Amino acid sequence: MKPRLLAENAAVGLEGPLLFLEGTPEAGLGDAVEVTGPDGRIRLGRVAAADRERLTIEVLESTAGLPLEGTVVRFHGEPLAFALGPGILGRVFDGVGRAIDGGPPVAAHQRLPIDGLPFNPVSREPPRDFIETGITAIDLLNSLVRGQKLPVFSGGGLPHDRLAVEIASHARLPRRAGEDFAIVFAGIGLAHDSAEYFRSSLERGGALERTALFLNLASDSSTQRLLTPRFALTAAEYLAFVEGKHVLVILTDMTNYCEALREVSSSKGEIPSRKGFPGYLYSDLATIFERAGCLKGARGTLTQLSILTMPSDDITHPIPDLTGYITEGQVVLARDLDRRGVYPPVNVLPSLSRLMKDGTGGDYTHPDHPALASQLYAAYARAAQTRVLASVVGEEGLSEADRRYLAFGEAFEQRLVRQEGPRAFAESLALGWRLLGDLPAADLTRLSDRQLREHVNAPAGRT
Amino acid sequence: MSRAIAVKLAGPVLRARAEGPFQLRESVRVGPARLLGEVVRLDRDEIVVQVYEDTTGLRPGIEVVGDGAPLAIRVGPALLGRIFDGLLRPLSGAPDRLAAGLREAPATRFPFAPAAAPGDAMAAGASIGDIVVAGGRRLAALVPPGVEGRVLDIRPEGEYDDDEPLARIATAGGEVAVAMSHAWPVRVPRPSRRRLASVTPLVTGQRILDSLFPVALGGKAAIPGGFGTGKTVLLETLAKGCAADVIVYLGCGERGNEMAGVLEEFPRLDDPRTGRPLMERTVIIANTSNMPVAAREASIYCAITVAEYFRDMGLDVALMADSTSRWAEALREVSGRFGELPGEGGYPAYLASRIADFYERAARVETLGGRTGSVTVMGAISPPSGDFSEPVTSHTKRFVRSYWALDAKRAQARFYPAVHPLQSYAEDASAFAPWWSERGNPNWLALRRRFLTLLDEQSRLERMARIIGKDALPARQQVTLLCADLVNEAFLRQSAFAPKDRLASPAKQAAMMAVAGRFVELAEGALARGIAPARIAGLACLRPLARMGEDTGEDELARLDELRADLESAFADLEPEEAGA
Repeated sequence: MKPRLLAENAAVGLEGPLLFLEGTPEAGLGDAVEVTGPDGRIRLGRVAAADRERLTIEVLESTAGLPLEGTVVRFHGEPLAFALGPGILGRVFDGVGRAIDGGPPVAAHQRLPIDGLPFNPVSREPPRDFIETGITAIDLLNSLVRGQKLPVFSGGGLPHDRLAVEIASHARLPRRAGEDFAIVFAGIGLAHDSAEYFRSSLERGGALERTALFLNLASDSSTQRLLTPRFALTAAEYLAFVEGKHVLVILTDMTNYCEALREVSSSKGEIPSRKGFPGYLYSDLATIFERAGCLKGARGTLTQLSILTMPSDDITHPIPDLTGYITEGQVVLARDLDRRGVYPPVNVLPSLSRLMKDGTGGDYTHPDHPALASQLYAAYARAAQTRVLASVVGEEGLSEADRRYLAFGEAFEQRLVRQEGPRAFAESLALGWRLLGDLPAADLTRLSDRQLREHVNAPAGRT
Repeated sequence: MSRAIAVKLAGPVLRARAEGPFQLRESVRVGPARLLGEVVRLDRDEIVVQVYEDTTGLRPGIEVVGDGAPLAIRVGPALLGRIFDGLLRPLSGAPDRLAAGLREAPATRFPFAPAAAPGDAMAAGASIGDIVVAGGRRLAALVPPGVEGRVLDIRPEGEYDDDEPLARIATAGGEVAVAMSHAWPVRVPRPSRRRLASVTPLVTGQRILDSLFPVALGGKAAIPGGFGTGKTVLLETLAKGCAADVIVYLGCGERGNEMAGVLEEFPRLDDPRTGRPLMERTVIIANTSNMPVAAREASIYCAITVAEYFRDMGLDVALMADSTSRWAEALREVSGRFGELPGEGGYPAYLASRIADFYERAARVETLGGRTGSVTVMGAISPPSGDFSEPVTSHTKRFVRSYWALDAKRAQARFYPAVHPLQSYAEDASAFAPWWSERGNPNWLALRRRFLTLLDEQSRLERMARIIGKDALPARQQVTLLCADLVNEAFLRQSAFAPKDRLASPAKQAAMMAVAGRFVELAEGALARGIAPARIAGLACLRPLARMGEDTGEDELARLDELRADLESAFADLEPEEAGA
């Protein structure tokens, strides 16, 4: 980063995060600046508005302690950018891309603007092929596809941190064992101990060497929090589209990001929309989530698995709601499963992977995988209905068929969803077929006669 | 062209000192990259410009040049088979990452055959000749609305650029050159002679729509649904299967991967009516969610203008807009930036009239040139929290005649299309009974009513069953539940990914409807004979019945007759139990 221009004694006003300058060199909208107070601290900022006399700078860090006199502004002459090289793997950065692991600075091969231009839809390659996460509820029922953006909707106190680490450690491309796979892990607004948990468990599992870890702590400024996913995704895009790796980006926790956006928006005096979040929350989240995908002619791909905690477990809250409209599905964690000791507590019914059909079946997993998943869904939905019925009339009031569904629901959660260690896909598949064997074959209308015969091993059309 | 110099920039809005006259809503070019913008306010010698693109890097002092006209797009033969951004600039050939300031469409050459001669009188909307596009399809080279007079000269048959003048017409206001394409201001509806009533449904190939909630040719339908209920899959299925001559698919604030999927899939799929690649009848307009918001507001008008242009050639056009909520949100965002007083849900007070303006452009018309054409609009709505009482859904509901509400419960059980049969409606349904009658379903209206009552009873009975248990229901009601289940599973569920089930012709729909209807009759008859519901539920023929959509191809409709015969004999074999039920 070579500062090009300098403005001293130009500050004429300071209002919250906004710094007003007069008589400065001309700068373009969105250009990055460094604001240095007499305390010597360097704060990042950018040009938010410009007219002929006056420049408005949005300071991206706390402006407390900043005076008008003695404040120096350096202009970068370009939007915020991140200097990247292959050496970012295995390293730990803060939320704005500065190495914090005590190692040497990363040798830079390329500087990329952190806002990343939108992909041309024509240049996108539709996502294909399966990523095995080792989690049955995802692999078998809501498969993650390379180039997809699939968030995890969690709640406070649910084991999403453990899930994130396990996926980061075990995710693999079963059909492309030889190809490069990398993880970009961004912790957004983390408490100190979770940051430490991520760092140490990734290190212990040996996953850190294929990971670039970004840690933005809860104590860092809110404006900086808004930059963390952008720095992380810029690094991921570099790894995917310059270095040609298959990159899985894990962003956690996006709720902290949205809260920061609300805070910054209100400090700018913008008109709030739902629950005080700015009206552009959707577009803003889209600029993050849409940075997943595959490009034609590029070797690498970028897959996103973001984690957010639903405020008061409310899936209709604007954060999960708008996220669900942008992403290609969602994996929902449930508190009652967690309470019953089911790990991972994936609530399968509201979960969905929209791209599943593009990365499963055929050569990707198993030709009959989609039919199995559809049938498991239909049966589990019926089991859930039966459970509601049983809670009113009691199990004794149920018909024989309903009782079988009740048992199926229990087995589904305890044997299929629940798992201790990572599970290979073939094992998940076998488990799924086995569970269906306990249901009346006549009910399995999502399976063809051949599938029934081959996998469930019961003659068709008989109860 | 007037010029102005930018004096103040903030986000996508800039103020500039005008050096000549500007009009409100005039389209302007900003800066060296010639970013597209629109004048939104005039203030003495200053203009306020809303820029449609990313303004990063702009600085005071840059030049703003007016076009002298409101935002307009060029409509012509080069639209078909292509993908454009929200301002109708081509995306193919653009770089992988979209920087602001995309270029205009380059001219494309098409064969042209004149159909008029010097001296001929030409009315607006008449055709000066045929344009041959991909697949040998012939399109009309239209005289633009507002142009009328005698042909002075016309070019001979041959290949020309789409923007090259082909004929000169002497009008009252002077000479006008007519090319294959012409410019049209997007916010102005293209005129027609008169609107026509519609007595024909637009066949979509989806049973739950065609048979229960049809939309008229030239009609308008809304598809509200929370996330994950299958709006996009349904719209894409409609774009692939519906019986229209031209499809305009608008991805408005939606996912880039979806657009990529459409682009990959459509060229490989065949148009069910012509056997040609689907892409040849399709125009895709994409403003993905990470593209500039201001352009999103304009994209919906670009899309409907394109649809009207093909309508004016006498074609039936279907416009799929996914999603109108994103458009309304863009409206809200832009309005908020200008400090307008927010109304309900933060939307500007004119939201309802803008929605009405848009849907009112859907119609079946007699065109200026005397042909019959139509624009059918199908708009998805993404209500926040899946709450249908929010402003966009509730206003849209006032202006559409078909309403296809998507249900989260059905979607969670992977029951697609997840159209809720009780919340959805089609106001024009009874007008289509004669049409169905001609296609082998004389009882359509009665069967439709029967199915809807069954589903209605089902929802009431299920509430009751939740309290007293299903088996405690009287036999009659158990049979009702069984029949409703069958209507759902065997008739309404339709897999967009099963090759045989993807699309159902009216003939297949009529046959399936008849089989399902017959089952209901037989089950009720059996009940009257004293057969226990459990025995009906245990019939072996239920499974093939539930799978008849997926297992029966369009060329195997005779199978449905066999199925029906099996059904008859299975019921005939049921003997009342001696002890009585």
